[in-house]
Amino acid sequence: MKILVALKQVPARDSLLRIGAGGCWLDEADLSYEINEPDAYALEAALRLKEQQGGEVVVLTAGPERVSSSIREALAKGADRAIHIEAEGLEGWDALGLGRLLAAAAAAEKPDLVLTGLQSDDAGSGQTGVALAELLDLPHATIVMAVEAAEGGVRVKRELEGGWFQHVSMPLPAVLTIQSGINKLRYATLMGIKRAKTKEVKRVTAAELGVAAAPGLRLKRLYQPQRVKQTQFLAGTPAEQAAALVEKLRFEARVL
Amino acid sequence: MSGILVITEQSGGAWHRVSQEALGAGLELGRALGVAVRACVYGSGASVAAAELAAYPVEQVIALESPLLEAYTADGAALALEWLVREEQPEVVVMPHTYQVRDYASRLATRLGRALLADATGFRVEDGAAVFQRQLFQGKLTGDFVFETPGPNFVSVQAGSFRAPEAGAAAAAVETRTPELDAARIRQTPEAPFREADRAVDLTAAERIVAVGRGIREEGNLALAQELAEALGAELGASRPICDNGWLPMERQVGSSGQTVAPKLYVAVGISGAIQHLVGMKGSGCIVAINKDADAPIFEAADYGIAGDLFDVVPALTEALKKARG
Ligand SMILES: Cc1cc2nc3c(=O)[nH]c(=O)nc-3n(C[C@H](O)[C@H](O)[C@H](O)COP(=O)(O)OP(=O)(O)OC[C@H]3O[C@@H](n4cnc5c(N)ncnc54)[C@H](O)[C@@H]3O)c2cc1C
Repeated sequence: MKILVALKQVPARDSLLRIGAGGCWLDEADLSYEINEPDAYALEAALRLKEQQGGEVVVLTAGPERVSSSIREALAKGADRAIHIEAEGLEGWDALGLGRLLAAAAAAEKPDLVLTGLQSDDAGSGQTGVALAELLDLPHATIVMAVEAAEGGVRVKRELEGGWFQHVSMPLPAVLTIQSGINKLRYATLMGIKRAKTKEVKRVTAAELGVAAAPGLRLKRLYQPQRVKQTQFLAGTPAEQAAALVEKLRFEARVL
Repeated sequence: MSGILVITEQSGGAWHRVSQEALGAGLELGRALGVAVRACVYGSGASVAAAELAAYPVEQVIALESPLLEAYTADGAALALEWLVREEQPEVVVMPHTYQVRDYASRLATRLGRALLADATGFRVEDGAAVFQRQLFQGKLTGDFVFETPGPNFVSVQAGSFRAPEAGAAAAAVETRTPELDAARIRQTPEAPFREADRAVDLTAAERIVAVGRGIREEGNLALAQELAEALGAELGASRPICDNGWLPMERQVGSSGQTVAPKLYVAVGISGAIQHLVGMKGSGCIVAINKDADAPIFEAADYGIAGDLFDVVPALTEALKKARG
């Protein structure tokens, strides 16, 4: 089974987010980056499927030079090779544009299965995987918790709202968007890190893929949300804060 | 091409609660842009639901029915709604941002060559065009978005962001439509929804909840939260990553994929306040947040906030509670 995993590199969790000049994206100067968390789980799911069934795991990433570190990490964890779509300024692309970019590279690979995280921790629109499925004309399922091979296809466990789940089957090839936290992520071994250096990374540009930016949805401005709610912040040392809170909870909110 | 089409969600005649909010968003947008609003409902039970929709101040209600829509599939919904959008030619399509919409809407929009504006929290009108807000970075930042494409454009709205309109006397015309669907193009085979094993605790009945998030760092540190919960006479709850890690059972997860709770007191410890967590607890009577990041979105839901390191604050609070009890 040939599995393509679409990964995105995003600012590391708990980064201090400062708005950049122009007000349309972050000041990227001091940011560190990591693999988008749900995408890391998609990679893990792909590696596990490969271990069970054999085959190949190919990583697909679009972004500037810095995404090479995420590609290396994925290769060190066990992906067989990677495709890097070299492109700058992708934060200005909408999910349809990104879907087109990824689809152009993915189509040539003819994968049996395409996995990606269900959403990105930065833009968070949760659309790219689904748009990719439509552009490749493949069936898909979202918010996937488990994947098993079935007669002529896959059977997945989807998460529904409020603690409900559902199994859905579909023929291959298919696109699945993977929920965060569904398995335990592996660490790269020293051997894996060494091997990663010898693995193939194919570089291709958006122009070579024949895809140009044509945003239908434009981010005009990015800003800190305005506070609407009057939250009472309690000041002082931890002991003073704690004492003040107990007072408030007893005599103001009356919940103790 | 004109007007607004609101696509609501229901199952067997029972509404998804964000449907009415999407309807509210569509009506607000219609008023702001001075255009007519139609509402649509699809799937099994659509005709029952359509009769109810007619009581809202919409121009027309469309019940989309087909045997192929009886059980939800992403392909079926996308095909049927594509058919409807091509027939009706709305300028803007408004949907609730539910799990089902997450599943099919991008497929629908892509088929029409559009990008979906997902999970909008509000809008304003500037120079006759709508500027939508949505959250980025899990609620830490907000973005203003505009459509650059002509209609139909697609937007889904976040739970709790728009007010549900009042229903009046049924006045809108209801029309039942049957899209032509090709069964061969519906590739997913769904099985019946199910729940995991029975729950040992019922968080929804708890009067007080101390909920822990990823700020707790390690399983061994849960004892801190446990002691606070005991001092408060509270149940222990958690954000999703804590349950994913297996540190607490899934039945203690609060949020869109866990429990929806509304205790008298909810203390969020080391929880950032992602929307999927907030929807499960923002109905609580009194909310306390303890987080080292003073800009964490959880504070927007909190009545009382302590911006500080939980490893200092939580033991101090446990101590203060014990002292107050005497
Ligand atoms: C479809 C879907 C369904 C989901 N369902 C749910 C759900 O039901 N419930 C749910 O909770 N989530 C759900 N999520 C996940 C959700 O989006 C968030 O990822 C999750 O809620 C984050 O959990 P957290 O706040 O514990 O972790 P983080 O977002 O990592 O936040 C940790 C917080 O701890 C703070 N912190 C760190 N160290 C300290 C310290 N020493 N002292 C004080 N504070 C500290 C940080 O400042 C940060 O704010 C869902 C996501 C999706 C996509």
